Amino acid sequence: MGIRFILMVNKQGQTRLAQYYEWLTLEERRALEGEIVRKCLARNEQQCSFVEHRNYKIVYRRYASLFFLVGVDNDENELAILEFIHLLVETMDRHFGNVCELDIMFHLEKAHFMLEEMVMNGSIVETSKANILSPIQLMEKAS
Amino acid sequence: MSGPSLMDSLFQRSLEDLIKGLRQQLIGEQAFISKSLEEIRKEIKSTDLSTKSTALLKLSYLSNLHFHDMSFAVFPALEVLSSPRFSHKKIAYHAILLSFHDSTPILLLITNHLRKDLNSTNEFEVSLALQCLSRIANVDLARDLTPEVFTLLSSNKLYVRKRAVAVVLRVFEKYPDSVRVCFKRLVENLENSDPQILSAVVGVFSELVLKIFSKLAPLEPRLAKRVVEPICDLMRNTGATSLLFECIRTVVTSLSEYESAVRLAVGKVRGFLVDEDPNLKYLGLQALRIVAEKHLWAVAENKEVVIKSLSDADPNIKIESLRLVMAMVSEHNVSEMSRVLVNYALKSDPVFCNEILGSILSTCSRNLYEIIVDFDWYVSLLGEMSRIPHCQMGDEIENQLIDIGLRVKDVRPELVHVARDLLIDPALLGNSFLHGVLSAAAWESGEYVEFSRNPLELMEALLQPRTNLLPPSIRAIYIQSAFKVLVFCLHTCIMQGESIAPSASLDYLPSGVSASASYELFDDFSVENGADATVVHGQTRASAPITEESIVDLLNLVELAFGPLLGSHDVEELGPVSLSAQGKVCLPNGLVLKENLSDLEMICGDIEPSSSNSFSFGNPNEEKDGLSFSSLQIKEDSEQPHESTSLLAEHRKRHGLYYLPLRKSEIISNDYPPANDPTLQGDINDNADHLVKLTAESLVPKRKPNHSKPRPVVVKLDEVNEKPVAMKQPESRDNSLSGAVREVLFGSEDILPTSSQSNLSNSSKRKGKEKQHTDPHVESKESAVGDGNSSSRRRSQGKERRQRSPRKKNDEERKDTVQKEKKNRSGRHKSIQRAEEPLKVPAQTSVIPDFLL
Repeated sequence: MGIRFILMVNKQGQTRLAQYYEWLTLEERRALEGEIVRKCLARNEQQCSFVEHRNYKIVYRRYASLFFLVGVDNDENELAILEFIHLLVETMDRHFGNVCELDIMFHLEKAHFMLEEMVMNGSIVETSKANILSPIQLMEKAS
Repeated sequence: MSGPSLMDSLFQRSLEDLIKGLRQQLIGEQAFISKSLEEIRKEIKSTDLSTKSTALLKLSYLSNLHFHDMSFAVFPALEVLSSPRFSHKKIAYHAILLSFHDSTPILLLITNHLRKDLNSTNEFEVSLALQCLSRIANVDLARDLTPEVFTLLSSNKLYVRKRAVAVVLRVFEKYPDSVRVCFKRLVENLENSDPQILSAVVGVFSELVLKIFSKLAPLEPRLAKRVVEPICDLMRNTGATSLLFECIRTVVTSLSEYESAVRLAVGKVRGFLVDEDPNLKYLGLQALRIVAEKHLWAVAENKEVVIKSLSDADPNIKIESLRLVMAMVSEHNVSEMSRVLVNYALKSDPVFCNEILGSILSTCSRNLYEIIVDFDWYVSLLGEMSRIPHCQMGDEIENQLIDIGLRVKDVRPELVHVARDLLIDPALLGNSFLHGVLSAAAWESGEYVEFSRNPLELMEALLQPRTNLLPPSIRAIYIQSAFKVLVFCLHTCIMQGESIAPSASLDYLPSGVSASASYELFDDFSVENGADATVVHGQTRASAPITEESIVDLLNLVELAFGPLLGSHDVEELGPVSLSAQGKVCLPNGLVLKENLSDLEMICGDIEPSSSNSFSFGNPNEEKDGLSFSSLQIKEDSEQPHESTSLLAEHRKRHGLYYLPLRKSEIISNDYPPANDPTLQGDINDNADHLVKLTAESLVPKRKPNHSKPRPVVVKLDEVNEKPVAMKQPESRDNSLSGAVREVLFGSEDILPTSSQSNLSNSSKRKGKEKQHTDPHVESKESAVGDGNSSSRRRSQGKERRQRSPRKKNDEERKDTVQKEKKNRSGRHKSIQRAEEPLKVPAQTSVIPDFLL
């Protein structure tokens, strides 16, 4: 429902973060990621950011060396999802300070936590950066 | 493995170390990973929770990114879960989220943990548990934890409540009975002033509602009317493209009756289409496609842009515009459109070229070619399409060629012409994609040879040496057709009154013809038999007179072509079918097999079974070893009963096992069908055409013979319309859920009998809520279309709703909060989009029960 999965993939096609909102086996995930990544990375700047894949859509955007791919249902507003991706990047930027791929790689669990704050059960529940980051900051202070 | 040593826990690698180590490995990654996995397995068995949790963390990382199975960590995860430390819990939940699914065996064990956490006072723990529940919930979990979720729906903490609402949908899905419990609370949350909660609830409702609504067309004119104005205003004034797009989409999907709104939307779409940004172009095209179904003028206006997009750099855009172009096709412009598209196809890359061809083919053949008036033109287009270099649509073209030939009688001459063009060209034989097309062409040239202008040419085309490039199955069709053409030529020759004695013509046959290749013309080509043939010949437009010499040439050619074939192992021998195998063939329904064929006497008794051209392939004078080119072992000639029946008797003697049990009376009867072809039973009315058709049937996949009506009226077969069945599917999932919702809403009252009615009232319930949703959006547009209006209208609908006054209050509250909401655009978009999409609301028919019972 809504969002089905969120992936962050680098230019070489390596997955840096994968969050699925519906269960897929490891094999399926591997196959899915391979297919999608191939499709999206092959496209150039001039082409539009939406790809149709099976019975859902993939909205993606590239930030520096990282591709953010979001798989959504067919009735989602693609432009809104693009804005969501941007929000995600901004939030991570706020937290890590000038976020780059390495940050995500070394602090994968934090990225996951952030994502979990924002999206639940495939729908976006939180869009305020302050609200998203406060639990995480609390947690970091505590541990 | 002994217990954890000091060394182990001292030197446990943290996640960071792991990652660093991994990155440093340039080639030995797999080895490093396996080593780490080993370590993790050891660590995870340790009793120290911190060690365990770090191990778990590492494992999650590996599993997530490198696809390693982490099912062995299920127990340890649960152990870590019971730790009092929040960070451990977090790690554990994280791991669980990644790895648990419906079939994880110990899912039940987690119920208690979840329950404990859901009841905890720490809101973060609760949210952790909720998040976990949302992803891994299955029926049991949902059932067991419903009470907790229920409590949380009214929790004090915003944070928690919001997530509880989001979880609720998942719980509902898995365990519809929970709806009964939770629904009221959910609805109460609707009245919550907080935008976050509100958007979450709206989300849930949209999910619930959307699926039901999407099947009911926009039936509620009043709601639509109210909403149109604000949406148009939004469209005009907003700066946010995504909001604009959402409005456009809403308008074109559910408000398409409102001309002004549609015009406005189309205007905006045009803006999208000419924008530089490929995203907008793509979305514009998509929106246009949705509009196109009802408002073709919109597409016509933007025609140039659409056609220009056909050559855009982005393949997605190309495909979208292609689909749009297809939507624009109608009876009048189909030929120009196809011309334009084929030109495009010639210039494009292979993938897009085939896309174009495929879409042309499917559009033209839709509904049995309803769009095509001029079949001659279409058939020649099909021929042209096969010649396009990149064409891979050979199968589809083949199907259509044969289909049209069967259904549309008038186009057969043109069809044969096209077929001839295709067959003559030796270059096409090498192209493997075209084999299907060639086989269709060959079949048709044989089948409808009477329409051809130059059968001799056809014959040469069919027999050209390059045909050995074709696969055997297609060559078989070629051979079949060659014989059909030959038969036809011979007929014409005889009919043209050549007064050669048949025996004389026989002399021309080269004597050295090998056994299986020769065929014999029995002595009389009786004229009665030609009764049908003359009709056929009346239509012959043979431009080349078929003279005796040409016949001889033909025969020579045939012999030349087929001689070498006989020795080849490609030629398959159709053996007789044994009795037991025949017994295994199951009878089709309704087919009654009789013991003997005496009934045939009644049916066909008046017809002279004296068809005298029967061809048996095989020189009767030489030994028959059962070899025949096809199952053309047809009828015996009445004039030569003795010879043929003696043949038969001979064969029976040798292969008695394979024959059906003997009926004494029929052994000499001419009605006895050929033993090894049960499909020919009952068909005793022979003449050349029928024979030929029969062989065609046996080789070509079975097609029902149609009688086409005079004009290019295309014949339809009896087809069951299957569409209604498909609609049932998506409903089945909702039925349990919507049933549960229904029950809640109607409480103890009688539930309306028919599902549609109850759906309607269900949805009218929804509509009530929808109105609530839309209110904030309505008001956000300063044009307060009328809180007053709305509530008074509702009042006037005659059913009291107690919450009217509280609702009114809430509307005003929401007005304030709406301004704040504007800042959180994405979330807003989401909720707006969710609320606005299901504006297709059904008519309000019946009782709207008060849900605050």
